[in-house]
Amino acid sequence: MAALKLIHKLGIIIFIIGFGIFLSMFFMGKFQISDTTLKEVLGENRHELVRKNFTQLKEKTYTSQFSFINDVKEQFEASNEEVKSKFSIEKELAQKIAGFGKDNTFQQNDIEKAVQKEGEVSSWQREQLLDYTGWMQDKSYETEEELIAQLEKVIQDVNNGIVGNKGFSESAINNYTFEIAKYSDISSVAKNPWLWLLIAILIPIIGAVMYLLPRLKTQHAGIKNDGIFHSALKNRGWIGILLGTFLISFYVFLYWYPEYMTSWVLMVDPLSILISGNPASRWFLYGFLYTLAILTMGIRMIIKYRHSPYQMIRTVSVMFFQLAFAFLIPEILVRLNQPYMDLKNMWPLDYTFFFEYRLDEMLEAGTLGVFMLGWGIALFVIGVPLFTYLYGKRWYCSWVCGCGGLAETLGDPYRQLSDKSLGAWKIERWLIHSVLVFAVVMTAAVLYTYFTGSSSIVGINSYNIRSAYGFGIGSVFAGVIGTGFYPFMGNRVWCRFGCPLAAYLGLVQRFKSKFRITTNGAQCISCGNCSTYCEMGIDVRWYAQRGQNIIRSSCVGCGVCSSVCPRGVLNLENRDESGRFNQPSLIGNDSFGVKS
Amino acid sequence: MRNIVIIGNGISGITAARHIRKHSDDAITVISAETDHFFSRTALMYIYMGHMKYENTKPYEDFFWEKNRITLKRDYVENIDFKNKSLHLDSSENLEYDVLILAVGSKSNRFGWPGQDLEAVQGLYSYQDLEGMEKYSLSTQKAVIVGGGLIGIEMGEMFHTRKIDVTFVVRENSFWNNVLPPEESEMVNRHIRKHGFTLLLGSEITEIVDDGKGRAKAVQLKEGGELEAQFVGLTVGVSPNIDFLKNTDLEINKGIKVNEYFETNQPDVYAIGDCAEFEKAPAEDRRPIEQVWYTGRMHGETLAQTVCGNKTAYQPGIWFNSAKFLDIEYQTYGQVTNQPDEATEEYFYWEHEEGEKSIRLIFHKEAKTLKGVNLMGIRYRHEVCDKMIRDRWPMKKVFQNIKEANFDPEFFKRYEGELVEMYNERYPEDQIKTKKRFGIF
Repeated sequence: MAALKLIHKLGIIIFIIGFGIFLSMFFMGKFQISDTTLKEVLGENRHELVRKNFTQLKEKTYTSQFSFINDVKEQFEASNEEVKSKFSIEKELAQKIAGFGKDNTFQQNDIEKAVQKEGEVSSWQREQLLDYTGWMQDKSYETEEELIAQLEKVIQDVNNGIVGNKGFSESAINNYTFEIAKYSDISSVAKNPWLWLLIAILIPIIGAVMYLLPRLKTQHAGIKNDGIFHSALKNRGWIGILLGTFLISFYVFLYWYPEYMTSWVLMVDPLSILISGNPASRWFLYGFLYTLAILTMGIRMIIKYRHSPYQMIRTVSVMFFQLAFAFLIPEILVRLNQPYMDLKNMWPLDYTFFFEYRLDEMLEAGTLGVFMLGWGIALFVIGVPLFTYLYGKRWYCSWVCGCGGLAETLGDPYRQLSDKSLGAWKIERWLIHSVLVFAVVMTAAVLYTYFTGSSSIVGINSYNIRSAYGFGIGSVFAGVIGTGFYPFMGNRVWCRFGCPLAAYLGLVQRFKSKFRITTNGAQCISCGNCSTYCEMGIDVRWYAQRGQNIIRSSCVGCGVCSSVCPRGVLNLENRDESGRFNQPSLIGNDSFGVKS
Repeated sequence: MRNIVIIGNGISGITAARHIRKHSDDAITVISAETDHFFSRTALMYIYMGHMKYENTKPYEDFFWEKNRITLKRDYVENIDFKNKSLHLDSSENLEYDVLILAVGSKSNRFGWPGQDLEAVQGLYSYQDLEGMEKYSLSTQKAVIVGGGLIGIEMGEMFHTRKIDVTFVVRENSFWNNVLPPEESEMVNRHIRKHGFTLLLGSEITEIVDDGKGRAKAVQLKEGGELEAQFVGLTVGVSPNIDFLKNTDLEINKGIKVNEYFETNQPDVYAIGDCAEFEKAPAEDRRPIEQVWYTGRMHGETLAQTVCGNKTAYQPGIWFNSAKFLDIEYQTYGQVTNQPDEATEEYFYWEHEEGEKSIRLIFHKEAKTLKGVNLMGIRYRHEVCDKMIRDRWPMKKVFQNIKEANFDPEFFKRYEGELVEMYNERYPEDQIKTKKRFGIF
């Protein structure tokens, strides 16, 4: 026993050290840029464009990615400035072109008259002006000033497009900077990625497992929520605040500043090559860490709830679906030159499913691609109503889903932080159904554009709708808030307030399903464990103490209310639909028909 | 509109208030000296253990009371003038009532041991008791808990989470064996010891020793010897909290005397919950005073009918109860006596090989109908057990349908097959065929 307790304590120390090393790797990059790297990343032509700008950098060695990336981006900006001044059209040209026109009527060949010079710059300018003025052909203007004003606008538009056409757009700069940073890294991580994978990943996992396993012997199986509300980690104390800050920062870097986290990406490079044959992207790193979090904390979950086969089987299920379906199979598909696809992910959670690049990718991938398209549609058209009717939305949310998987494993220590108030429930219903409507509208707009080729719907650009959704819902809500807020608002913030798929599943569960949480007669003692540990913030006790079944669209069927109930009052069941919505009634008092 | 005043904001008083509000527009005031709001007394242990915060133990959000026009008053009732229908409060305010409901609960028993009023000697009943445990925990390495019942084991579990060494001193020869049959009681003994507690059975304390500063430092045992204890838990039952009603016109005995309508000897004064003592036990298998959560709730529900004009006698149904001994849940339905009576009862007792689960079915010997069910570590459906007992299901029908009674979560192993086998062995001439069901839909 003493030895086990020692292993337990040693485990947490090893974990903290290992996790500390993982964190410090963020600052470990050492960068030196070379022509080879630049050529590889940019390609010959583009490299030529910036070669001169980067000369100075080549002599320097950087020990911080912040100054390195700053300098790299500056070079791209400088190169953009050069391109701009080279290709930009002078405003005065408008007058010149207008001067050729008769009766203030515009003719495209006026442009050719005005710009006669040959050479790279002039012919590009001519070409652009012609492109932008096609719609003005033969158009008459009231006054010359009006025509000039219109032409000046055109010139402005052409000039604005120079960087995108001839230089480096913002997203291109970001992508190139990420690649340059990754391949310019000459630190120990870049040289020995396997070693760092061992030190910063494997060792903390070993520590975590050492911490967890002894509980099998040192603790009797059963609910052991001891000290949760005294914990600085699990009750919004300082450790919780630190962890939340880390998670939020991680997501911010992952989505918007991946170029700063190349050390971590480099570390998993060889692993990625091993699995998919390709070097690691930030998404590979993310998927890898995500999977490890689910697996390691899944072990914790299984040990914690080892008295409950329901919890153990459910946890093994989310671990399996994450490892196989979300992580390995998509990478292997890539290795086989097939579209990357997580076959258990589903529209509208998988909101890019109907984006044209995904559709094209699937349609171009032959039989397998067509199958993927059919599968993806069948999942939400047939799968959701059928399985939700039979089992409730839990078949997906707490048995299959990746977000659910993380919430049920990594997020389990924070489930008690969800808000149970009536006010929170009201906000939840408005918010989650609004996101569902948003997802449907966005997808409809995307498909409209796909089939008609027109990007404008009632004056709104469908690309703007999708990028608003991607940023606001896909990244900020699902990622930064969804996971980053675990230590503040509980482990199901996204699933409860934001997930459009959860909203859809919930509607089916509420109105057409055999699933319910049965309240066992009048045995409830109103203790509140069920409500406290409901990650979805359902006030389970409200129903239980009235002897009423719990049927709520948000219930993900994790079964923890039933597990923590000290009196055996709650049970997740799929039974006949009749009697599902029972009247509140408490048996045991024969004095009169007691309605609660 | 009448002025209904309820003393006590526990489950009885609050249930009465809620149900009166459903049927009437009267003014309702609930007075409590304990807390501002209703909380679940049964959850006190979870606050101490860090499973919940006090906030989490409130079954209704704070806005609920104003919304339902139930006035909550934090005060202490000093005395009651039954003639003038007036309460005198600690805040020196006087409160008039038209209807008074006494739901004043219990206090922990103290049996006159020397030293029983020392510091760090207490029971666990009220919020203030919880605060007491919290206050003394840091300076407690060893605790002694006197009494082998449900509150005692809660207290033990609580201290266990703070790494405080706990010894139970239990007068009986086995834990809670005045309620549990021998096998179940023995299971609890084993379970307690397995968790690392010291369990002294057939043992009593004679004195609590002062540390010289007015706090407990040890207990003396009847059989000789002394046990170090910086905290002494007295969990030898509770009794009605009626000291402030002594020497008034109200008729009291152990509790406040009531008839089946909860009427006291004073007009428009009722008593419910732990503090009420029936003149005649409300049913054959019931005691005149029943200090149980469920009973308190039923009293409140029933009295509300009477107060709102539908005069209703209290008539409890089939008995049920539940508890948890550390990691073993306990449920009981119907009549289960601690000593099976071979002459009038026939029982089936199944116990899991690991000794932490059991099922006991008790039948009337003559009629061969179900009398009671006792469960350890296994959950049964209240509704089904209630029906089987109430409708006097014959033995064979009970075994044929016993699977329907199981309420354990999905994927839990079911043991009803073994029960049926027991039946088949005992009644080979009248076997039950077991069907196996397959399929996931």
